[in-house]
Amino acid sequence: MNESVLAKLKILAESAKYDVSCASSGTSRSHRKGSVGSTAGWGICHSFAEDGRCIALLKIMLTNHCMYDCAYCINRRSNDIPRATFSVTELVELTMEFYRRNYIEGLFLSSGVVRNPDYTMERLVRIVKDLRRVHRFNGYIHLKSIPGASRELVREAGLYADRLSVNIEIPNEESLRLLAPEKDFQSVFAPMRYIREGVLENQEDRRRFRYAPRFAPAGQSTQMIIGATADTDRDILRLSSALYRRPTMKRVYYSGFIPVNAYDSRLPALGQPPLVREHRLYQADWLLRFYDFKVEELADDVCPDLDLEVDPKLGWALRHPECFPVDVNRADYALLLRIPGVGVKSAQMIVAARRYGRVRADQLKKMGVVMKRAVYFIACRELPVQTIQELRPERVRQLLVRRPVADDSRQLKLDFKE
Amino acid sequence: MNVFVYDGTFEGVLTAVFEAYERKLFPDSLVAEGEMLPLFYDNLVPVTADAAKADRVWRALQKKLSPAGLSVVASVWLSEQPEAPMLLFRYVCKTVDAPQSIELNFGDEDVLLATQLARKVWKERSRIIQFLRFQKAADGTYFAVIEPEYNVLALALPHFTDRFADQTWLIYDRRRRLGYYYDLHEVREVSFSEEDMLRFCGKPDDALLDSDELLFQKLWKAYFHAISIKERANPRLHRQNLPARFWKYLPEKY
Repeated sequence: MNESVLAKLKILAESAKYDVSCASSGTSRSHRKGSVGSTAGWGICHSFAEDGRCIALLKIMLTNHCMYDCAYCINRRSNDIPRATFSVTELVELTMEFYRRNYIEGLFLSSGVVRNPDYTMERLVRIVKDLRRVHRFNGYIHLKSIPGASRELVREAGLYADRLSVNIEIPNEESLRLLAPEKDFQSVFAPMRYIREGVLENQEDRRRFRYAPRFAPAGQSTQMIIGATADTDRDILRLSSALYRRPTMKRVYYSGFIPVNAYDSRLPALGQPPLVREHRLYQADWLLRFYDFKVEELADDVCPDLDLEVDPKLGWALRHPECFPVDVNRADYALLLRIPGVGVKSAQMIVAARRYGRVRADQLKKMGVVMKRAVYFIACRELPVQTIQELRPERVRQLLVRRPVADDSRQLKLDFKE
Repeated sequence: MNVFVYDGTFEGVLTAVFEAYERKLFPDSLVAEGEMLPLFYDNLVPVTADAAKADRVWRALQKKLSPAGLSVVASVWLSEQPEAPMLLFRYVCKTVDAPQSIELNFGDEDVLLATQLARKVWKERSRIIQFLRFQKAADGTYFAVIEPEYNVLALALPHFTDRFADQTWLIYDRRRRLGYYYDLHEVREVSFSEEDMLRFCGKPDDALLDSDELLFQKLWKAYFHAISIKERANPRLHRQNLPARFWKYLPEKY
């Protein structure tokens, strides 16, 4: 281990950083004698990068050489960027030493495609196998499954990795063919299917044999790039909700498109990555998974894109004034969850607390309900009767959307040149 | 106004509860020995911590509260906040008085406050687990210094003994001058003199460190900077997720 690793580490981390996934959740495994480490089921973030994203795993590429030429990718073969490849010992030592210092939860290994998908996948599997079998690493491993890899290799990978992932990247096949000529949906969905089959078969096995080795216990995840193609939010959310209906899909990540290859005319020229849109999609994703919303309720044919000004739940409430105001002391849990400003935690607290007596508005605030939003949607004795019924949705929207403060013309501005 | 003076321990608070019911006299404030007494008071009751009495109160709590409720009681105590003893006292009294468990009665101010304080304590525990950084010493021991806001090191220990079971380590709470040393078999409490602590807190002498330690810190720092996407820089979110009070012990933020 020496300084040459430093340069490689920088290059390969730079190449890996556009992969959003960094979760270390989904598997609880305590220490085993003779091995190193454990995993915590809820996931632990060990640091946060300056862009605010968490760093839980050593997110790194084995190599950033790639034979593909995908328009959205920084590592495409026509890019003139520094290339590097880790040796197995370097990668293993980095992981183990970082892990022992409590820097990371484990490893997230990905790779550019070299020679062919199977060759690349085999190299990835060999490293993970080494880490688990030889170095007895018991921490978290997230392994990227290469699109187009064969069933046998994916099956072997699942024996060592906690989570496997295949990135869809582009949410419809036509655009994917256009932007990544070497890929198609088949090459992405086939490994996903292998993973799913593996996990389901393994569950069956473990019912019969208690000590059957586990297969990808933390399931799989995927990622979509937002804003690189003309897809609407409705298409994206439909695809994610279809993916979530499959048994093993744990997370779909959305990645606001960052123009890394500005010269490519197939891609839109964006000044700023669409961060607000990405945020709204994540909010909608949460609504799908934890709030029992349907895609059609969030984005339909009339407005196929999510509203950037208000969050999707508030947007739904404004479109459906007939459901409000809700009486927090009577409404069932599912309806409480629909109130803007009430989250899963506060809804559960309300349900628990109202067994002991009536819940008042000031108590709601203390429980963590965002009263600024919720006040227009709940019926409560202490609150003035200015709910959405009296005010109409347009007025509520006006009250809730923050307008940028206009420049005060009385204040002189000094123009400092930077 | 009734004031109970207790010895400043958890046992003392539980004994105070017992005494209050025995004397049918409930305090308006609990004052630890050595703390300033309020200006005006009518009754001053000294409470001597008594293991048997405290145990009876604890067993009464065990009957009424679920494990989660008991954990709230313990966590409120570990928060070491000035209002914690009195809050705990009221929480325990309410539990004893009520026919069934009150731990979910979030409409009650004390229950809500206690639950929220306990949640903060557990949040601090997970922060310790997240942001603690070991440095490898020349003798192979991994050591870490932390300054948690609440007294949560004991809550986090099971995690570290499980995860780092095959390396010797030392975790030192600098604020409370209390450390734990793990020697591959068991965890022991340790404490250091002031000058010993100064030697290895912050940036210790290079001679004390393992020869590769600084290299790995440098690698980690390089990784930390390489992994962030410049176009998405968000310093506010960064500070929110990684509060500045932890920075002085994080190699990536030195």
